[in-house]
Parts: sequence; C-alpha cells; structure tokens
Amino acid sequence: MNTLDYDLSKKTSVINELGIHARPAAMIAKLAMKAQSDVWLCKNGDRVDASSIIDILSIACLKGADVTLQIENPEDINILNKIINLFEKGFEELA
Amino acid sequence: MPSDTTQIILKGISGSPGICIGKAYLVDKEGVDVIEKYSIPENKVKKEINRFKSAVTKAKNELADIIKGVPEELRQHAGILETHLVLHKDKMLYGKAIDIIKNELVNAEWALREATSQAKSMFSNISDPYLKSRSADIEHVSERIMRNLIGCKDVNISNIDKRVILVAHTLSPAETSQIQLEKIMGFITDRGGKASHTSIIVRTLEIPAVLGLDNATQLIKNNSIIIVDGSKGVVIVDPEEKTLINYDGLSKKYETRKADILRTSDLPAKSADGHLFSIMGNIEQPEEVVAVKDHGGEGIGLFRTEFLYLGRMNFPDEQELFNQYKEVAELMAPHPVIIRTLDINGDKAISGIPTPEEANPSLGLRAIRFCLKNPKIFKTQLRAILRAAAYGNVQLLLPMISGCEEIHHTHQIIDEAVESLEKDGLAYNRDIQIGIMIEIPSAVIMADAMADLVDFFSIGTNDLVQYTLAIDRVNRHVAYLYNPLHPAVIRMIKHVVDTGKKKNIKTFMCGEMASEIINLPILLGLGLDAFSMAPQSIPSIKNMIRKISVSESKLFLKEVLKQTSAIDTMNLITDTYGDTLVNGIYDKYTDK
Repeated sequence: MNTLDYDLSKKTSVINELGIHARPAAMIAKLAMKAQSDVWLCKNGDRVDASSIIDILSIACLKGADVTLQIENPEDINILNKIINLFEKGFEELA
Repeated sequence: MPSDTTQIILKGISGSPGICIGKAYLVDKEGVDVIEKYSIPENKVKKEINRFKSAVTKAKNELADIIKGVPEELRQHAGILETHLVLHKDKMLYGKAIDIIKNELVNAEWALREATSQAKSMFSNISDPYLKSRSADIEHVSERIMRNLIGCKDVNISNIDKRVILVAHTLSPAETSQIQLEKIMGFITDRGGKASHTSIIVRTLEIPAVLGLDNATQLIKNNSIIIVDGSKGVVIVDPEEKTLINYDGLSKKYETRKADILRTSDLPAKSADGHLFSIMGNIEQPEEVVAVKDHGGEGIGLFRTEFLYLGRMNFPDEQELFNQYKEVAELMAPHPVIIRTLDINGDKAISGIPTPEEANPSLGLRAIRFCLKNPKIFKTQLRAILRAAAYGNVQLLLPMISGCEEIHHTHQIIDEAVESLEKDGLAYNRDIQIGIMIEIPSAVIMADAMADLVDFFSIGTNDLVQYTLAIDRVNRHVAYLYNPLHPAVIRMIKHVVDTGKKKNIKTFMCGEMASEIINLPILLGLGLDAFSMAPQSIPSIKNMIRKISVSESKLFLKEVLKQTSAIDTMNLITDTYGDTLVNGIYDKYTDK
C-alpha cells in the first residue's frame, strides 16, 4: 500500500476537550473492525491500526491535533466517512 | 542495642491499639509475581489458545453482567465499562497474547502478562497525564482475564487459611471490612494515616494495626515473625528473644487491663463530681449495634450510611435503606440513633466504575454537595430515614455543611420527601431532630446563624482538624502535623460549644478526638456533654470520665487556652492528669 489514492485518505482534527481517550478510541475501533481491510490513523508521521484501542491511545491525540485516516480498500469508504463524522462531532461529548 | 542484633524496628502511625505477635503474610495485590511461566508443547498450542479465548469470553460476560446492573442515573459512568468490553478483544492485547502463545510456546497467563506489559509500555511516552493514565484501563481488563485464566476469584484476604498478620502496601476500606477475625491477628500497611477510613474500620475490629510504615512490604518477608505494637505505632521484624519475652508480657498486661475496664462498661459515665455524660457509639452497619450495647454505649451518635452504597453496582432502593435504619432504631430504642446522610464522593459511590479522579477529593463533590446535586438519590435516603423515625428515636445529621443555604436547600428536599410520603400514605415522623456536622471552618464561624436553623451540632473532629490545619490526613508526609490538640482546634470547638449553649441547642462530638482518653479533660472542660466513638473505645472513656471532676476540668481549660502549641498542651495534660491517665488503657502512657 505505497501509492494511496487520495480519496482513500481524509484529514480531520480533534475538537473534543479530552482528546482521543478510551471512549472515543473504542468508538473508532468498533467501526474500523468492520472494515474489509486495514484502517490507519496517522498523526505526525506515526501510523497506527485504527481497529486497536491501545494503538490509537498510544499516539496520544490531544485536542487540536491534526490527524489523517487512511483505508486500503475503496469498499471501506463508508467506514472512513463514519469515523471522520465522529471526529467532527467531537465524539458526541458535550463541551 | 547490641550490634549483632538482627531485629528491625519500624516506626509508623498507630492505627488501632493492642499488641500481637505472629507470622507475616504479604498481600500481593497485583498478583504479577505469582504468575508462572511454562512451555507448551507444539501439539497443545491450539488447546492453550482456546483456554485463553474462553477466559476472555468469560471475562467479557462477567463485565457485560456488571454493565447490566448499572442503574439509569449512572449510565454515563458505564461508558468506560463499554470501552473495557471492546478492549478485551483488542489486537494489541488479545491478538498479541495469542501470537505470543503461538510463537514462544508459552502458557496463556504468561502470554497475557507479556502482552499487557507491552501494551502498557506504549503509554509511557505520552505526556498528557489523562491519556497516560488510560493504561490503567488495560490493566483492569487484563486483570479480569487473568482471574478467569487462573480460575480464582479474589486473590487476597479471603484465601488465607492460618492466623497471620497482614502486611500490605495499602488496604481499601472495602478490603479491610472483609477481614475475618479468626484469620487475621493484626495488620500493617505502608500507607494510610491515623484518621484514614481503614484505620477507623480496623479499630472497630479491635485488632492491632500500624499504618504509614513506608516500606514494610519491601522489608518484611512472608512468614517472618513480627511484633505489631498498635498502641505505639511500632513494628519489630525478626525480634530477638528478649524482645519477644518483653512483648509477650506487655500483650498479656494489655489484655488484662482491657478486660478489667470492659467489665465496668455498664456503669454510667458520671464524673467524679456527679455530672452525667451521654456516651454513644459510631457504627457503619446494623450488626455493630451489638458491639455498641456490649461496650456500654447509650445510643448511636453517628450512623455512617455509606456502607450500603459501596461495593455494589447500583444504588440501594428506599425499602432496603428503610429496613436497615428501622432495624437499628428498634434495636437501640429508646436511645437515639443519629443517622448521617450519605457522605460519599460521587465517583466512588459505585465500585468497578473508574472515573477521572478529582485532584482533591476531600475538597470536592462529596457528602451534602453530592446529595444536593443528586436530589433523587438524596430524597430516597431522606424518605427512608423519615419512615424509620416512626419506629424509634431517629435523628438526622447532615455532613459537610459549609453554609446556611445548604441547610435551607436540604429543608426544601425534606419537605418534598414528606409531601411524597404523605401522598403515598406511608408511616413517617416529621418531627425528626435535624443536626449538622461541624467539620468545615466556615461552619464554625457561622455557627450562630446555623444554630437558628437546626436542632443540634455534631463536631466531626477528623475533618475539622484536616481542614483547619490544611492537612491531608492520609498523606504520611504531613500526618505528623495532624493533631486535635492544636490550640486553633481547641478554640474552634470552644466557639461551637459556647454558641450552642447560647442558642440552646445540643452539641455532640463524634470524631476520633472523643475516643482518646488524653483529650477528655479538655473536652469536659469545654462543656461538651455527649460523645460518640468507635464501640471499643466506650469502656475506657466511661472509665476515665468517672475519674475526672468537671469543675476541675473547667479550671484546667483556662490554662489550656493559654497554650500556643499542641506540644505545650500535651505536656500540660500529662503534667496535670498524668496519674489518672496512667491507669487508662493505652500502653503508650504507661510504658514510658
């Protein structure tokens, strides 16, 4: 997976106050687990498996962090969009 | 001490008086060290993986059941448990452990331990403290799987099969309350202070305890012989024969004196010059009423109601609370039962639900603050208390009052509770006496205004000392500063008692200060006339009251008020009352 189609990756940022702690990580992982192929979460050159809560937590996405989500299989585009949507809604956490 | 000695003397904080000599039993809370590593033959790997998978499934099911038991009002806290549920099958834990079994041909326990520590190490570079602390979530999940793998329920205290002295880094109040007396002679911990909850519970159990020893768990090996002197706060490891003989004698002397005083516990607490005092007991559970009666207590001066709320997944319902309160009221009638409403930190109300901790829980959302924020939970308890009041002399006590508006607000909720009881046609007693705990300095200063709103004051010295002197009482670095004889504390109590008298309302004392005989001359001089304490302290306090003259203690107080430090006050007490105190129960004053 060296030449990624642009559409297979999307940028977003963390807007919720506490950053990506366990609960948001679990929400991401739950979706990513349903994907046909791997889903990746990237931040500052680190790339982790989005289906693993522990992996997601390990790159410490704080509020304001810019992240990129990547998929490998175009069929997973709906999952990608759903995850991006979670980020945009601040993981339904009230400020 | 001769140089060839092997005994080690450790100094800590006296948790509960008494002496015991026995074998050390170290409580290994993590259980990490006891995990065995062994290899699995290649043809058994599949079986080992299945064993791991079924442990994960069991752990997940357990957790799912727990989540089901979480009541509606706490659903938001259950979120973290849902996350734990997903974590069980996380690649980095679940997948990794299976890989390790497969690749390294090791047992599932070892593989899980490896996977857990690798996952946790990924968190060590995170600088954000909140995210960093999430590694605890992995630990919780891993522990639950491990318990299912090993096949034992709770590793700790309940499995001990001989009489031992517990040595632990720390014991939670819940764990302490699980101690079975036929197995535990005493206990010592690295952490904790004199007024910690653990210490309070252990005193109720009447076993010697020394807390705040710092590194006892590192210095003491399993099965070493140790002496615990709970009165002095000293632990001796691998004692010499001479020390053993000496302590054996002291222990017998202590027991004899305790028995002598216990025999007189039924006699009234009448001072040498004829003043009658009311001595009551502090309890957490209905079963303790027996201990209060056996020790000569005339009522329950403080019924801590937290117990029914701890160690469970949901809040108790009104009927359960009512049954308990009614039972205590009936057992104790006609004597008073003063029920303190929930004094709890909301986050800790329900076990098994880790929530972000408050930086300063004792200054945080607890007690009346928690209750006023959760009127539904509060009203349930108030209804139960009002109903129980129809069956005995029940009184209501509100903790952590810092201002008049909290009293007004509580009165409102009581009115609502009364209205709803009326509507439901249930028996209750509206004329219940309502009192407040005086444990925050602002309540001391505002005592005159508050006296107009309530029927009695109850001085909670543990918190009052902590808040007045700005000491975290479980922090062993500052525990030495915790002293109820600090002149500021004595003056504050005086202000409260004087105000109560002026306003014609009763003032009790229910803190630990009331249970130490050395404080009695001052307390009697201050004009307090009712005390409540741990049941086993009652006999020695009654015994001491009978030896003190109130009119003399009033003169003595004038001298006390001239002192400017706790040490001066202490010296004044021992100079004036030393002889009387020598006959008291505590060795620390007799074996100097």
